[in-house]
Amino acid sequence: MTTTVAQSGATASPYALTHLDALESEAVHIFREVAGEFERPVILFSGGKDSIVMLHLALKAFAPAAVPFSLLHVDTGHNFPEVLEYRDRTVAEHTLRLHVAKVQDYIDDGRLRERPDGTRNPLQTVPLTEAIQQHRFDAVFGGGRRDEEKARAKERVFSLRDEFSQWDPRRQRPELWSLYNGRHAPGEHVRVFPLSNWTELDVWQYIAREHIALPQIYFAHRREVFNRAGMWLTAGDWGGPKADEPVQTRLVRYRTVGDMSCTGAVDSDATTLEAVITEIAASRLTERGATRADDKMSEAAMEDRKREGYF
Amino acid sequence: MTGTTSPITAEQLSATTLLRFATAGSVDDGKSTLVGRLLHDSKSVLTDQLEAVQRASLVRGQQAPDLALLTDGLRAEREQGITIDVAYRYFATARRRFILADTPGHVQYTRNMVTGASTAELAVVLVDARNGVVEQTRRHAAVAALLRVPHVVLAVNKMDLVDYAEPVFAAIAEEFTAYAASLGVPDVAAIPISALTGDNVVEPSANMDWYGGPTVLEHLETVRVGHDLTGCPPRFPVQYVIRPQTAEHPDYRGYAGQIASGLLRVGDPVTVLPSGRTTTIAGIDALGTAVDTAWAPQSVTVLLTDDVDVSRGDLIAPTAHAPAVTQDITATACHLHERPLRVGERVLLKHATRTVKAIVKELPYRIDLSHGLAHEENPAALEVNDIGAVVLRTAEPLPVDAYAESRLTGSFLLIDPADGATLTAGMAGEPFAARPQAPAADDDGWDF
Repeated sequence: MTTTVAQSGATASPYALTHLDALESEAVHIFREVAGEFERPVILFSGGKDSIVMLHLALKAFAPAAVPFSLLHVDTGHNFPEVLEYRDRTVAEHTLRLHVAKVQDYIDDGRLRERPDGTRNPLQTVPLTEAIQQHRFDAVFGGGRRDEEKARAKERVFSLRDEFSQWDPRRQRPELWSLYNGRHAPGEHVRVFPLSNWTELDVWQYIAREHIALPQIYFAHRREVFNRAGMWLTAGDWGGPKADEPVQTRLVRYRTVGDMSCTGAVDSDATTLEAVITEIAASRLTERGATRADDKMSEAAMEDRKREGYF
Repeated sequence: MTGTTSPITAEQLSATTLLRFATAGSVDDGKSTLVGRLLHDSKSVLTDQLEAVQRASLVRGQQAPDLALLTDGLRAEREQGITIDVAYRYFATARRRFILADTPGHVQYTRNMVTGASTAELAVVLVDARNGVVEQTRRHAAVAALLRVPHVVLAVNKMDLVDYAEPVFAAIAEEFTAYAASLGVPDVAAIPISALTGDNVVEPSANMDWYGGPTVLEHLETVRVGHDLTGCPPRFPVQYVIRPQTAEHPDYRGYAGQIASGLLRVGDPVTVLPSGRTTTIAGIDALGTAVDTAWAPQSVTVLLTDDVDVSRGDLIAPTAHAPAVTQDITATACHLHERPLRVGERVLLKHATRTVKAIVKELPYRIDLSHGLAHEENPAALEVNDIGAVVLRTAEPLPVDAYAESRLTGSFLLIDPADGATLTAGMAGEPFAARPQAPAADDDGWDF
């Protein structure tokens, strides 16, 4: 036989990093590259688990100094109260600066119109891109992961956006080694995704390892919900349910946190991080497939929104 | 084989390592089937994704689900039925987590495979057992060698179509291994498989009892990753200077970066390049915890004993093994952009954390990977997907290692100063590891 097969076991090298250490190290490298090369970066912060992990990584990357970025929350007006409370507590705790761009303001003064289906998630794009222009942000961190969705799987870590914030998947810069190219013209900006190579499970394991606090809606709790298109939506001021959608109380938790009108809860009795990790490891549904209505609109829903400037 | 399909516990997961690998294969070699089977059998294709593929396939009038729709994420890809770009896939077993750079086998192969291979620790090269080693196989082996991917797996696919015959496999494995060795690939594992029927992909084959080695997945799970520190001098490119200037830390001045290679120890005498100032490592902060040693690819913060001038773009290296600093760089380049690269062109060169102006002084040759590494002298330009030699003069001195010594401090990008486009990927020094260094006095030293 001509084959030679490596003899050593997977953990034989004392210098092999665990997968979480490797992902953490890569994400920290990305944060520091942006700090070193850009003038006005901002972290998109929704109070969801991915942005919470992003902020935690940024805090570690620059310790013992403060995070050299401000935060931007695009507020759809349909937020979970627990998440807003978490957001404000976190900002205060780390003495961060928070910018809020409100979809409601745009609806109130007629710049945006409510959609017939009531979901506000796609409406976020305009306030987001206008906030970027208004504050002249040149690097915008997003918590997007390539495992989330097939259009996101094609996203670069550093993703150049034009002055209209548009993403052109066919004109992306090739990305080699850990050499990220952040060159951009005035008016353009770069979207940066430090969690590109993380999976949903990685995020949860990291949260467990680092003892990161989360909004309580990520853990099983009793909640008034109703069924729409196969998903459990939270009843509330945002406009649900309709007359023919009976409300019931169920034991649920959320896998993602977004606009209340399109983010579904899953039946779950997972009240601890360990239970959540066990549940996700056994789940046969992706995070977005289980809980996001907006991605079911068409085969290319995410790609189309990303082209327009969605993160 | 144990542990590949059983549920993963949280304890098992927290200790697993990460393997980054790339796949390469021509259009009909069965790469999609292999990738599909690895993803599917490791629980990485979930019900809603499969349902979406089934729905989309029906809309297109296809009876069976088209698994290529799982990986072709863009409208244009689905419309044209081709894969345009590298995509990254994620899957896990109880033993290890994987990041797969799925590189398309179409016309843009070289650029895409170079991109995928740049971060890969292992490359899977697919061969059709009926055709054996063909031009495309040599190209894939050459790119893996060029990028110094440490491990190569030759997957001899479609063994079911050659009656699972050992001599067919043995002949292909021998030819490929000899070719790879001539390119300097250090480690080749050849595995006879059928991606379609699943032989030796995840489960051992009942049809090839003459094969005693691991399945593809078992090999991916057990191949050694991590860093061979013995031949790797430490390199620490400074990314960012951390100065809190707070009451609690009035004098803290830390140099943040990701260790590119080797091992750093508190007390090591080091030199800061390009200035050449020497000092000592006073402390290492591993994201909040003080440590005595740290190694690649950890992101850390280094504290120095002396108040020397250090800023982003500098490189900290051991005084005894510091790289030479030069303004003249000879490298192997893969050209990535539709705009050709010509002699006399002014570019930006990004090396580790430093970006400097540079000028293309010479294009000594272009390699034709399809004809046994024949080369064309002094081409007019490097076109997209071309691999060739480039001689550059930089505006400032850079501490560049040979790519063979360090993948991160031996690599660089050329960037168009006008619009910021990434033009070219560069690897300093000789292209293939097995080629002996030519004496400096001899011709151009690139003769093969």
